[in-house]
Amino acid sequence: MYTRHKILRILSNNDKIDREKPFFKKTYKGQRTIHLAKIEADGMKVLKIKKEDWAKGLEKIGESCRLLGPLKDGEFHNFKELGRGELPDFNFQNTRLSPKSIVYPQSEKMFDYTLDQNDPDHDILKEAEKNYSSQVVMGIRPCDAKAFSLVKLNFDSPEYKDIYWLKRFESTTLVGLACHNPCSSCFCTSAGTGPFHSEALDMLLVQEQDRFLAQILTEKGEALAKIAGWTIEAGSNAQEQITTMKESAEGRITSFISGENLKNKSAMEIYEEPYWEDVSFSCINCGTCTYLCPTCWCFDVQDETCGNCGIRIRNWDSCMYPLFSLHGSGHNPRGQKLQRVRQRFMHKLKYFLDKYDEGIQCVGCGRCVRYCPVNIDIRRVCELMNRSEACPVTI
Amino acid sequence: MQNPYLPYPVRISEIITETEDKNLKTFKYVFINPEDEEKFDYKAGQFAELSIAGKGEIPIGIASSPVEKGFLKFTVNKVGLVSTHLHNMKVGDVMGIRGPLGTWYPWDTMEGKNVVIIGGGFAFTTLRSSIVYMLANRDRFKEIHVIYGARTPGMLLYVDELKEWEKRDDIHMHITVDATDDPDWKYNKGFVPTITDQKAPHGNDDTYAIICGPPIMIKFTQPVLEKLNYAHDHIIMSLENRMKCGIGICGHCNIGRHFVCKDGPVFTLNQLNNMPREY
Repeated sequence: MYTRHKILRILSNNDKIDREKPFFKKTYKGQRTIHLAKIEADGMKVLKIKKEDWAKGLEKIGESCRLLGPLKDGEFHNFKELGRGELPDFNFQNTRLSPKSIVYPQSEKMFDYTLDQNDPDHDILKEAEKNYSSQVVMGIRPCDAKAFSLVKLNFDSPEYKDIYWLKRFESTTLVGLACHNPCSSCFCTSAGTGPFHSEALDMLLVQEQDRFLAQILTEKGEALAKIAGWTIEAGSNAQEQITTMKESAEGRITSFISGENLKNKSAMEIYEEPYWEDVSFSCINCGTCTYLCPTCWCFDVQDETCGNCGIRIRNWDSCMYPLFSLHGSGHNPRGQKLQRVRQRFMHKLKYFLDKYDEGIQCVGCGRCVRYCPVNIDIRRVCELMNRSEACPVTI
Repeated sequence: MQNPYLPYPVRISEIITETEDKNLKTFKYVFINPEDEEKFDYKAGQFAELSIAGKGEIPIGIASSPVEKGFLKFTVNKVGLVSTHLHNMKVGDVMGIRGPLGTWYPWDTMEGKNVVIIGGGFAFTTLRSSIVYMLANRDRFKEIHVIYGARTPGMLLYVDELKEWEKRDDIHMHITVDATDDPDWKYNKGFVPTITDQKAPHGNDDTYAIICGPPIMIKFTQPVLEKLNYAHDHIIMSLENRMKCGIGICGHCNIGRHFVCKDGPVFTLNQLNNMPREY
């Protein structure tokens, strides 16, 4: 029996629930039967949420957790904290900015310090007070959720734990929203995810005319449904319905990234290819791609002082900027634009793959393709990197 | 969960101006909380982040040696915001140290072998740590050679120790300067690659070279070592790159899939041959 206390504990993950162990393992095409059997064996639930229960449920969640969802902000949708009674606006393809800031804010305080020599602790950094209370993200796209599990490989290494990222990730419940109409520039299915991909999610919502089907994927998802009062189980054919919709959505993805040869090619060979000149030619190093990317995680650390008080903060950084790698001596190992553009693609498509063997550091959300001011396209670059034979440079 | 970004509070206990241009100072630190010293368990070749509240952090090689207890020592060149501020600090001032970070010279592999230390300019810091360590464990190593060069006699670091080491018969010192008009200069004159060519023993399975110095010195010393028959996995180097976190997370210091801060700073030439030259 779930007590309210236990539910809240699960949502804030104080019991150290392992999100990597959902009730069923990730599935691929051809494994569907095993997938369904596994769900039944685990007592996997699909709930149905009627329109009137939706708003009521959100209100209940909002009473004990911080609730975030997509809202229209000017011209575009972005994730925002939902006020009391405010409903997330699911009339969107995807948010313009990736939701990475929900777990990894663009600017984040790390430490406080005082320079007041009369204070016994002057010049000593002190942990900044943080709020890691439970937050629930409603309507994150499956690709963006998967990005968290890729980024986690960086922030949660066997040797070092980034406590800021991890604590916030652990206290976050991700409720996904399946994509029925992917963008023309989405290529998620060839980037290790998909419009209904449930890895990294706690619950997946599938929108039907006047209701949601909600697939419960983890203990956190289950706890959330309890707290929201969503208890009506969908019919026995709900899972099949979801599978049909999933296949139809996947069929609507028309854009792909091809990286099947990347793993076996030598990094140094790709690094020394002549096409980087062509790829980087039009780049203006604006950093839009790294800013929008759900899997870009680099950061800078700065101290800011006002009077005697100050904070050490970290800010998103970008490998597109020359300062990123500039030495104190003035030497810069990536001083040229070509070197920086190459670094970004090599990191995403080769270094990451070699390091973790967990696919490429890209979920196919297509943001960098859509918003690059000079139309540099990661799919085309990946194709060049993936070529099995050397080709002459083409412009 | 321990926060890997939180420095240990330390106090500056001594400041030594090392060189005639006054751009290099050695800072000696003591831990404000004595129990932190035990947690800061390091090996020669590692580095740490020196942290000054309000200025930031800089990654600096540890110049003290694990066999020296009760303090840490760092020799810092005045270059940017943090190091310039540090040069203006005084004995007794409080700051922070975060570490130890990165890999160290391969002491287990080099046990029972000949070691040739080749250093130039102010990159002699972790080499000093290594020499002190080897001399304290002298029976664990065969022949030890040190080739150390600076522009002028006044630019050599740790002069008193160099003199002491010169007197010993269990370490072969080859100190050199690029040029000097000092008639009393009784050591070598010439660039490090030249002196290496003249003084370093021939390479074999039992001999390792550790090189640390400016890029130009490394560039011209490498062919000399190859000529002397050193295999690339017996040439050990220490790199540097711009870094922030020091623990392989922030993304700044990568060379290919490796981070200088976590997978390095110590690499063999063999490893570097298969990595982009982004350092």
